[in-house]
Amino acid sequence: MISVEKLSKYYGGFRAIDNVSFRINEGEIVGLLGLNGAGKSTILKVLGCFLLPSDGKASVAGFSVDENPHEIRKLIGYLPDTPPLYDEMTVRSYLEYVAKLKNVPSNRVKERVEAVMAQTNTSGVQEKRLGELSHGFRQRVGIGQALVHDPKVLILDEPINGLDPVQIVEMRDLIISLKGRYTVVLSSHILSEITRTCDRILIVDKGRLVAEGTEAQLQGRMMQNMKLSCDVESLQGSFDSELRKLEGVTGVELQRGVAAGTDRLLIETDRDVRAAVAAKIVGAGVGLLGMTRADTGLEGVFMKLIKTGEERSHV
Amino acid sequence: MSKALLVAGRELRSFFSTWMGYIICAAALFIDGLLFNAFAISGTPKFSADVLADFFYFASGISIVSGVFLAMRLIAEEKQNGTIVLFYTSPISERQLIYGKFLSALIFSLIILFLSLYMPALIFINGKVSLGHLASGYLVLSFLGATAIAVTLFASTISPNQLIAGVTGALFTVTLLVLWMVSEIVEPPFKDLFAYLSIHNKHFSPFSQGIVNTKDVIYYISITVFFLECSVRALEARRWRG
Repeated sequence: MISVEKLSKYYGGFRAIDNVSFRINEGEIVGLLGLNGAGKSTILKVLGCFLLPSDGKASVAGFSVDENPHEIRKLIGYLPDTPPLYDEMTVRSYLEYVAKLKNVPSNRVKERVEAVMAQTNTSGVQEKRLGELSHGFRQRVGIGQALVHDPKVLILDEPINGLDPVQIVEMRDLIISLKGRYTVVLSSHILSEITRTCDRILIVDKGRLVAEGTEAQLQGRMMQNMKLSCDVESLQGSFDSELRKLEGVTGVELQRGVAAGTDRLLIETDRDVRAAVAAKIVGAGVGLLGMTRADTGLEGVFMKLIKTGEERSHV
Repeated sequence: MSKALLVAGRELRSFFSTWMGYIICAAALFIDGLLFNAFAISGTPKFSADVLADFFYFASGISIVSGVFLAMRLIAEEKQNGTIVLFYTSPISERQLIYGKFLSALIFSLIILFLSLYMPALIFINGKVSLGHLASGYLVLSFLGATAIAVTLFASTISPNQLIAGVTGALFTVTLLVLWMVSEIVEPPFKDLFAYLSIHNKHFSPFSQGIVNTKDVIYYISITVFFLECSVRALEARRWRG
């Protein structure tokens, strides 16, 4: 449904996107994850025909963003980071206006607006002026305007930005409810939201795509570089030096007295050596109280990728 | 065309749903009335046609100024509020957007002109003027308003906010207004060129006397369309710039 090949975008001399390539299949929910300023919004703006690429190609449903932007605009719904709302209009009149703007036949405008208000749970505020709505409702109406012409592709730029925890849960449920009916591309810098709503994650850093895959795939990819935390009974002598001799262990840090009668070994590895480490500790007659990964799942992967800035690779 | 009308309709409603439209309308009519009373109908006795010509002269300034105020927000406000994204990501062309915006301000400007009709109507009570003279005067007021709107709409398209759009639009409009003065002090061929390009003196005077020249009509339509097309191009270019 969406194809991006060697896409680059410059703002003057600044390279906002650098040689990015990816594909998104029909019906997928894909998240662009990256820090603020990583280039996520620029990628979405190119897909939304808002910006032209400086180099490379991007297409939606076979239409090029360079040559057929008008055709693409008929197929997409776009929610920018700030919903494009006219404060003096009511929810209903605004959605009717957007529906007409987006080529909904006049005899179907009312039906589509009703459907979208039901879908986004905004029917109760339909006669309220947009300027009087809370941030959460404004965001919902923003999604409503993106959905009102029943697009094939939905592009959501930071849809949970600025929402409170309750509103985040509501927005998450709303996005999940779109699964299968629309191809959705959304961006966020909040990792937990991306993992909860998306089928696949694209990690962007400094304009480059540094990794892509499902949450499990990305975590699996980093298994060979895991960090282990082993709680053991208080150690006598320098047992940590014994662990360093194990193949695959690149570093060991001993933290004494983390709890009563308990020391902690933080072990850096370049492969999965959990079985060997456990055997070594138990074999030495040291009580193994627990073993966990010290890097916090995908967050660890994300931070590592951002730090190393490694090249794009397929999982 | 229907998209342009859709944009124009929403924009026109927004003039009436905010204070902006009422303030511009009230201020224009108040100043129009003040100038009409102070200069056009007072002082030494005049022929009705001269009173009407004086009215058109003062009203021309009001048409230009209200055109600047009406147009300065048209695109700049959309950029400021982030609502311009709606058009950038919808199946509407830049031309439909610009012409729709222009149409809304032009209609509002014509409403102001319509409401000012009571002033020349007063001349009918104590004098005699031809309807043709009245029509030609209102035609040039409409043209001046349209030109000021188109010029300021272009300024609004290239400016990041309403204030800068207003100042830039006023600067462009005043420049076009005073070109006839510049034409007085420069040598040919610039003398004729500047005189021709000025939006007021050479092209305005015949209308205010009740004379409609086709070349003046073509001039006003051309300069309006020129600035509207500049706005379309400026809006198209932002996809490259980002």
